[in-house]
Amino acid sequence: MGNNLDALTTLFSEFYYWVTVVFMFLIHVGFCVYEVGASRWRNHLHTLMKNTMLIPLVTITFFFFGWWIYWAFPNGPFITGGIEWEAASANAAWATTMGTNLGDHITGVFWAAFLLFSWTAASIVSGAVIERIRMGAFWILAVLIGSVTWIIDAAWGWHYGGWMVKLLGYHDAYASGVIHAIAGGFALGILVVLGPRLGRFDAEGNPRDIVPHNPWLVTIGLFLIYTGFWGFYAACNVPIISSAAIGGRITGETWTATNIYLAPTTLSAITFNFLMSLSGGLLAAFMVSRGDPFWTYSGGLAGIITASAGNDLYHPIQALIIGAIGAFLIYKLHFWVERRFKIDDAVGAVAVHGYAGVIGLLICGFVLWGYPSSPFEGYATVNPVGMAVGAFIMFFVLGFLPAYIGASILNAGGLLRIPREVELMGLDFKTLREVHGARQNIRSAEKALV
Amino acid sequence: MGNSWAVDLANVTAVYPWQGTEVIMVVLGLVLWIGWHIVQFRQENEDYADDLARYGDKNTIMTALDEDPHSY
Repeated sequence: MGNNLDALTTLFSEFYYWVTVVFMFLIHVGFCVYEVGASRWRNHLHTLMKNTMLIPLVTITFFFFGWWIYWAFPNGPFITGGIEWEAASANAAWATTMGTNLGDHITGVFWAAFLLFSWTAASIVSGAVIERIRMGAFWILAVLIGSVTWIIDAAWGWHYGGWMVKLLGYHDAYASGVIHAIAGGFALGILVVLGPRLGRFDAEGNPRDIVPHNPWLVTIGLFLIYTGFWGFYAACNVPIISSAAIGGRITGETWTATNIYLAPTTLSAITFNFLMSLSGGLLAAFMVSRGDPFWTYSGGLAGIITASAGNDLYHPIQALIIGAIGAFLIYKLHFWVERRFKIDDAVGAVAVHGYAGVIGLLICGFVLWGYPSSPFEGYATVNPVGMAVGAFIMFFVLGFLPAYIGASILNAGGLLRIPREVELMGLDFKTLREVHGARQNIRSAEKALV
Repeated sequence: MGNSWAVDLANVTAVYPWQGTEVIMVVLGLVLWIGWHIVQFRQENEDYADDLARYGDKNTIMTALDEDPHSY
């Protein structure tokens, strides 16, 4: 910090990211509440622990190697250059900046902001696979997406020097693809191997409803996810930076907020678009689902996710319409895929995150066609082909494929799915029986005192 | 970091103890992480085996499916 202005900028940025991290914690609270509500009573405790314990596991692995990957691999490596050893070394687990260091106010909070995205990616997957996946298997897969594959995609397509940004003109300001498409694809890759819950489809292949044990909890969970999503949006920005510090082609001395590519935007712009795309999603989802609460709330989320790729630049009415298109399409796609391929996605995560993310990238390629993807020279502009290739990389190459391979390996070792009898009696059967026994015991003791 | 705060903060960087052992700490952390997964997989297998041994018969499962789950 060379002077007081530098010091204020640094300390403001430190506080800014810290606040976003606290807000984003609500995403995880929301996912836990939502997932528990969506599960049946006989599985709710295991469902809660499955999601909760991804927090420490993804956190420590993101510290050990995830953060290093982000800084090491923006070039592929070997697509636009080699491994970025120098940038990565300051973010390796053994670097002195990865600890209590009075000379560095940013690494910890910036690391944490990305870490919360990692939790989100893994948590999206968690809901899809409830009531039949082994916890140990899920946690291995959570580390795979949370600390490896998503952060590779972030290095490629969500880094100011990422090769996808340079060569494809990939633009994904609020993570339609880099979080949601990959997580949806990853969930689908597991679901294909894992199979549906017992009884989910009848002998003719028609789906049966497995209703949430607490629909109210489901909707509260989604409300909390909306709230945390505000923090997520703010965390995707650099809050304040001078054009000189950016070092690109911007002229003059005006300071600005930027997106992750260091291209200018404002918190005001993304606030407009967050709310308008949420509204578009809610309006369309209510209509297409005829007022179904679960799909209306999910549609609101899908609306934001669909518009997120370009929400730094869209007009609010464009965000509204794009959000509505996304919510309508994902609803139709979810039920078509469910019937056609017998996919049991317990919370609609593949649709709400995966399909909405892909649709959002495709739409962004057309609406922002010709926009600069970066303030730096030599980068491709945003275009439909580059965004379509980006969507394929996010959903299939880094999402579906690693999950399918990982789940297949675990399945081959008999480590993916819980035993059939345990699934039928419920994962919490023993625990709930013990609770029942304890209650009976104390009741008997109290009665004896009457 | 010395043993006093009588310093110019502009010259202070890392202040955590045992500086120079970061690589060893990372290796220790990685071992703990892998070890946790191994123990967890074993415990989960034991739990399912216990569930099956105690409650895995057809009658108990049928009873479980018929019971009001909120009763316990």
